Amino acid sequence: MLRLLNIEFHKLKYSRSTKVLSIIYFGLFTLIALFASIRFNILGLDFQLADQGIFNFPYIWHFNTYFASYLKIFLAIVIVSMMSNEYSNRTLKQNLIDGMSKKEFILSKFYTVLVFSVISTLFIFIVSLVLGLIFSDYTEFSIIFSDLEFMLAYLVKLIGFFSFCMFLGILVKRSAFALGFLFVWWIFESIVIGILRFQIIGDSAKTAAITQFFPLESMANLVKQPITRLNVVQSAANQLQTDIISDYAVHWYQILIVLAWTAIFVWGSLKLLKKRDL
Amino acid sequence: MKTILTLNNLTKRFGPLTAVDNLSFKIEKGNVYGILGPNGSGKSTTLGMVLNVVNKTSGDFFWFDGNESTHNALKKVGAIIERPNFYPYMTAKQNLNLVCKIKNVKNAKIEEKLALVGLLDRKNSKFRTFSLGMKQRLAIASALLNDPEILILDEPTNGLDPQGIHQIREIIRKIAAMGTTILLASHLLDEVEKVCSHVIIIRKGVKLYSGRVDEMNASHGYVELKAENNDALISALENHTWFENIKLDPETNLVKAILTKPIEAENLNKMLFEKGIILSHLVKRKESLEQQFLELTKQNA
Repeated sequence: MLRLLNIEFHKLKYSRSTKVLSIIYFGLFTLIALFASIRFNILGLDFQLADQGIFNFPYIWHFNTYFASYLKIFLAIVIVSMMSNEYSNRTLKQNLIDGMSKKEFILSKFYTVLVFSVISTLFIFIVSLVLGLIFSDYTEFSIIFSDLEFMLAYLVKLIGFFSFCMFLGILVKRSAFALGFLFVWWIFESIVIGILRFQIIGDSAKTAAITQFFPLESMANLVKQPITRLNVVQSAANQLQTDIISDYAVHWYQILIVLAWTAIFVWGSLKLLKKRDL
Repeated sequence: MKTILTLNNLTKRFGPLTAVDNLSFKIEKGNVYGILGPNGSGKSTTLGMVLNVVNKTSGDFFWFDGNESTHNALKKVGAIIERPNFYPYMTAKQNLNLVCKIKNVKNAKIEEKLALVGLLDRKNSKFRTFSLGMKQRLAIASALLNDPEILILDEPTNGLDPQGIHQIREIIRKIAAMGTTILLASHLLDEVEKVCSHVIIIRKGVKLYSGRVDEMNASHGYVELKAENNDALISALENHTWFENIKLDPETNLVKAILTKPIEAENLNKMLFEKGIILSHLVKRKESLEQQFLELTKQNA
């Protein structure tokens, strides 16, 4: 395993675009955290995002993992291009001739996906922990370390998503087209969900029972939007006499669905590679 | 003798097209082999199959004694097929370091191999800045990193300028002189003739000949003759057991006859002189590989 990781990181570390994208990715993580903690002074109105309770433990675990996951698109570009560049440079062929098996090739890519996901999770954990310790109203040990399942959900979500990118990179062979395909797939899934919800089933709970098995939807389900959980929003809703009751929790079967997709994508990449003549 | 590669009825079909048809041969250690065939005859597909990048349709092949998986055996093989493929954003040295990691060998030999192909002074240049000839030489250096049991080269001089072709051939000869087994695929006959001891000729995926280059044609060569009276010459030749397949080339007005025995030119001249035919032109020739190759591929057309 170390040998395969070593090989893949050798390929990545000299690539300028990989370096730039990774720096942007981890840079934005920290920037967003900084931005949220800046005190704005708009027209004499003192405003700080951090005061709205978004950095309170344990809510911060949910809030940060949700917003950080938007940044995953930067790493997605890295993953897609590390797959498709092997095709366009024809280095995949040379790797195989040099004595790598097709299985080793896919594994080296998948291990890299795992490492990227783990590093991202560790990073968001540390950033959240620091922000929370600075701004949270509650800093009791038991509160800090509650709701940590969002970390696990975030990790699984990234692994699933990056495996999807890896599969698309192999399937489409061109990075731009693979990213385009990802976007088209996302629209396609949204349309299908919309049709199911409003035209065929007509009930959101029943629709969700089916659509939770869609690849991107299943990943989105892992960390649901945290906005309506905010005190400000909750109290506003109370004044409007509407109840927003959402299920924010991370469920084990949702994790299982994403893990199943991950397995399908990795297995599919290998099958695809084995079937193809290069 | 140690066998390096064995092919048994290896076949590859692309849809209705049979690119490689029941191909069988063996590569023994220490020889320099040429796979010869016109463009599109299945050379690259054959090499692709044994190198794990093209899936076979039927038949089988194995490396060495067949006890190892193909990808592990390939770690002991050096191969470049078609164009040289490296990571354009890495330098020559970084690329070779990566190959060492894949092949699981120490990277101590990188400088030595770069020196062998004359790229040592460019070791820190990015691959994308290389000319085609340099890329091809880097590919050879890369294939040699593990001191392979066999070096496989597919059209190594394709697309190069005369100087580049010369450099590559010099390198190949140097490597062959070190005792490395080489398998060279080419459609260039003089390349094979100059470098190889054995040849495998394929056309449309079918093997036409395999064996030593010098045994390829068992004939004793042919003679080109001319006399004042060509008709008398032809009838004299036809009545003699030394010759067969006597033809008059209308363009050059030369009579061409295949020899059935090893005949010295002097004896032939003397024999004809005794019959009252005085030659104004006498050339005895061995067919070149090119003529033999054309002959072979024509017969099977």
